[in-house]
Amino acid sequence: MLNVYDILETIRMIQDECLDIRTITMGISLLDCIDTDIDKACEKVYNKIVDRARNLVPVGQQIEKEYGIPIINKRISVTPIAMLAAACPNQNPVKFAKALQRAADTCGVNFIGGYSALVHKGFSAGDMALIQSIPEALDVTQNICSSVNIGSTKSGINMDAVKLMGQIVKQSAERTADRDCIGPAKLVVFCNAVEDNPFMAGAFHGVGEPDCEIHVGVSGPGVVRSALTKYPDASINEIADVIKKTAFKITRMGQLVGARASKELGVPFGIVDLSLAPTPAIGDSVAHILEEMGLEMCGTHGTTACLAMLNDAVKKGGVMASSTVGGLSGAFIPVSEDAGMIDAAVAGVLSLEKLEAMTAVCSVGLDMIVVPGDITPETISAIIADEAAIGMVNSKTTAVRLIPAIGKKEGETLEFGGLLGSGPVMPVREKSPAKFINRGGRIPAPMQSLKN
Amino acid sequence: MKAVVTVIGKDNVGILHKVSGICTEYNANVLEVTQSVLQDMFAMIMLVDISAMSADFAQLVDRMETLGKELGLSIHTMHEDIFNSMHSI
Repeated sequence: MLNVYDILETIRMIQDECLDIRTITMGISLLDCIDTDIDKACEKVYNKIVDRARNLVPVGQQIEKEYGIPIINKRISVTPIAMLAAACPNQNPVKFAKALQRAADTCGVNFIGGYSALVHKGFSAGDMALIQSIPEALDVTQNICSSVNIGSTKSGINMDAVKLMGQIVKQSAERTADRDCIGPAKLVVFCNAVEDNPFMAGAFHGVGEPDCEIHVGVSGPGVVRSALTKYPDASINEIADVIKKTAFKITRMGQLVGARASKELGVPFGIVDLSLAPTPAIGDSVAHILEEMGLEMCGTHGTTACLAMLNDAVKKGGVMASSTVGGLSGAFIPVSEDAGMIDAAVAGVLSLEKLEAMTAVCSVGLDMIVVPGDITPETISAIIADEAAIGMVNSKTTAVRLIPAIGKKEGETLEFGGLLGSGPVMPVREKSPAKFINRGGRIPAPMQSLKN
Repeated sequence: MKAVVTVIGKDNVGILHKVSGICTEYNANVLEVTQSVLQDMFAMIMLVDISAMSADFAQLVDRMETLGKELGLSIHTMHEDIFNSMHSI
């Protein structure tokens, strides 16, 4: 028979330590929906998504029931819509966003990601129109997520796109100022975006992926923290081992759920994203893991080192537990979605600069950070450029999801609710980077790109 | 196919009887039972065969959960695969 201790451990993880499957995401290619008539293309998009994902939510619920493990989100990622928009010049791509919203409503999914453009080396047909339509698209839809890749290790950083995205982020916040500036909370600016990411808001279905597949993103900061509380005096390498063992168990669960979902839906299994994804719920915080390691508060000196170890141990533990690992894989540090990060930011211990350093050693980047409403588009662009530079040079994915709090300043808070949480307005530097941003052009690819 | 039923909570008369009664109702054969009472805390783990069940597994899960609420106990019914995958290589 199964070990009693193991059974009780699993139940405790789920019941008391917020262990869950964060998302099952179905990636769907829309390349066969391209049409020069935008209305026909939208109809094809709607029909294809509904056809493939009709059973995604019921199957997710069935698996939840069978294994007793909560699956928080059921989502869809699609081919970057800019590729479809390319075939319909002089048309408003927001029609695609509306078609995606209809499909999301029909399928009952939380989010559809992929209102995206990949412009790391330059703009091609459809890209500019799509990017300029992002503020409207995020305003008139609720469950659509957008992302733009503006740089990569192989191609450098497209500074024209960086400049543009600063304006787009600001406009998006202005358009949704009456709803706590929710627009830019659904918009990610990437460097080295990955094609099989199951997490929002940055998910899209890359062109190298199959027609349809299933990805899984696991979670479990609460479980890792709880495991560490049992070793108050252990050395750091002993703690790393504890994290590895815990990550292994969490990932095995993700692998099981993904394989099962793939079988039930008759769709190939893509990847498990080895991630520690926090939620604003008490006991589900990445910051609290770092504090459990011995920091008085997340953001103080030592935070980057602790996070580097955590991120590495999660990957080492998880990689053997899954047959195919991918996505972003690592610890996420979204400020507004993590109770410990929110506290640290409110206390002034966690700064934007420290977060930037942390993104050099963990998954993704400056995530869900609320900045003053009077921030200039150039400053947003400069923050994007800094973050993209870290990604480009270190051959890793970095991203920026900033929310300018229109009409608010430092000390105030934006409330998004749900998994997006709430974020205190964090200060930014006042000196202008406008001249640098307005130069435009491209930062050439670094030496790291010359590997052939 | 097997499932694991775990019952945790305050000890009372007839818990095993009620849980196994539901198994019988759904034609889920009880294979093994481990039970312990520490002070007045009751913990039982039951392995049941669900391959010849007379209804959906989901119904059994719901029924056990309802029983748990009635008795003030925490009852979980989960497919054994989740434990196997998490705790063995």
